Amino acid sequence: MRRRLIATLALFGALTLVCCLVAPIVGSTPISLSRVFSRAIPYADNVDAQVFFIARLPRVIAAVVVGSGLALSGVVFQALLRNPLASSDTLGVAAGATLGATIAITVHADFNLFGVSVIPVASFAGSVGALVIVYLLSLARRRGTTSTVLLLAGIAISALLSAVGRFVQYLAEFTDTARTMQWIMGSLDVGNYAPIVAALVPLTLAAAGFATLPRVLDLISMGTESAEARGVDVARAERVALFSASLSTGAAVSLGGPVLFVGIIVPHIVRLLVGSDHRLVLPASALFGASFLVLCDLIARTILAPVELPVGIVTAVLGGPFFLWLLFRRVR
Amino acid sequence: MAALPPRSLIHRAVLGIGILLVVAQIGATQMAPMGATRVISLIPATTEMLFAMGAGGKLVAAGSYDRYPPEVERLPKVGALLDPNIERIFTLKPDLVVVYGTQTELKNRLERANIPYYAYVHKGLPDITETIRSLGTRVGVARQANSLANSIESTVQKIRSKVATLPRPKTLLVFGRERGSLRNIDASGGLGFLHDMLEAAGGADVLSDVKRQSVTMTTEMVLARAPDVILELRYGPADPGDAEDLRQWNALAAVPAVKSKRIYLLHGEQFVVPGPRVVLAVEQMARTLHPEAFQ
Repeated sequence: MRRRLIATLALFGALTLVCCLVAPIVGSTPISLSRVFSRAIPYADNVDAQVFFIARLPRVIAAVVVGSGLALSGVVFQALLRNPLASSDTLGVAAGATLGATIAITVHADFNLFGVSVIPVASFAGSVGALVIVYLLSLARRRGTTSTVLLLAGIAISALLSAVGRFVQYLAEFTDTARTMQWIMGSLDVGNYAPIVAALVPLTLAAAGFATLPRVLDLISMGTESAEARGVDVARAERVALFSASLSTGAAVSLGGPVLFVGIIVPHIVRLLVGSDHRLVLPASALFGASFLVLCDLIARTILAPVELPVGIVTAVLGGPFFLWLLFRRVR
Repeated sequence: MAALPPRSLIHRAVLGIGILLVVAQIGATQMAPMGATRVISLIPATTEMLFAMGAGGKLVAAGSYDRYPPEVERLPKVGALLDPNIERIFTLKPDLVVVYGTQTELKNRLERANIPYYAYVHKGLPDITETIRSLGTRVGVARQANSLANSIESTVQKIRSKVATLPRPKTLLVFGRERGSLRNIDASGGLGFLHDMLEAAGGADVLSDVKRQSVTMTTEMVLARAPDVILELRYGPADPGDAEDLRQWNALAAVPAVKSKRIYLLHGEQFVVPGPRVVLAVEQMARTLHPEAFQ
């Protein structure tokens, strides 16, 4: 097992590394690496260095953070709810984040929290808030299997929050509605490092939570009763899993917007490649999610150069057909 | 199809005549009577035009985003681009409704109700005066409309010639951005009235080769295009956070506009409403780009 883990991590780690090394060099503007790192040109005059350090590197890092955050929470939601279609969207997290961002855009709230503008803060609050509501609802009605209650509560809250979001948009000025649409389509052009650092705080907390989960998730995905029979404190594990997954989704969505499909398809691809052992699936998904989103963003910013596609469109165009294939493969 | 009973031929003939009648009806609807007296305008730009050509008194309702001139406030509001209130429009018994070209559903309903409409689409700067002239004819104030259009054209022309000989700075015209960051920068592309206004005001649009009305810019594009001037437009009034917000651009130190501190914020609805106030907008832009020409 240990050797398989090392081999898997090495392989997926190498993929991520290659993507992260290539992505900042490629783009719509040709840059020369020797100029980027040249000490002879002062930074203020060095266009190549600024393209590299302001326009591209933060994007690539943001893609790594968002991709791994969404993939990790996708794995956990799918295992916890024992449902292959579950993701952060299912539990209302994406709808909560969107509502938070929509309100922040519409009321023109204007403040900075440690160099992070109000929209990411509001969307983070929205996503965590949505999951807290769903969790409290599932506690209030603990009958039958929790996963069913969670799923249903999630779908209901998701629908409710989307409706509220649409109402806010309906009241909004036209330009604000357009701005909200831009946010929903997702963008990784974060412009500086402050939002990335801010997103890393909840993501690190989440990673600590995820680290305790692999064995438990293996058992829970077989069924909660058999997990309890083997001495797993299912309620506690669920709490840790939900809390960590909501933190990581919130961090990811606040940084890049609700990028579609990453949370659903990455865990599936990884399971096809490494099997269903969560000790492998969790770290491999984080790495694969990061590589996938770095690549999608590379496509998004080069395919229509000089203009750019929103990254959410690329992930959806690549993810949609894959998702259908997955669905029909299961039916057969 | 060969074995059709003869009756179906009659059915077809009846159907054909019916379609012809409907088409004729639609044709008649669009050929509206001249000199409308009960007008509804759903778009800020055309509402402003109607007031400026002296036909404000003919308006019986306006769009919910229409705010200028102040007389608009007394008019009932009947929705706007996405949410026109058909029922209220019908009950006001208009004899001309000014709609936006993309409001297909509204146009269909007006046709069915036999209410004439004028479909307007804003494109470039020349389209503004063209619209003023044709709208003026429709509401029966052709002469006033023509003189309004002439005065707009001559004022813009005066500004144009004032700055014609001056060097044209490469300008990035931004009309939207996520506050407090450099994300989702919306800039004017090489088409449309914003682009035309900038060129008239003596600026060289840094995105003139991108033939679109709006372009969502990334920081990489701003660095690559290296504008000499960044003009930011805000449709709302100035607020205390503006100066701090403009400092976001300083992150892109290699951009000439940042180095020479030529980043300006212009406020006002005239920058987003392609109506008669474009002359104001063009002049403000020209004064910002070429203050020396206006001393």
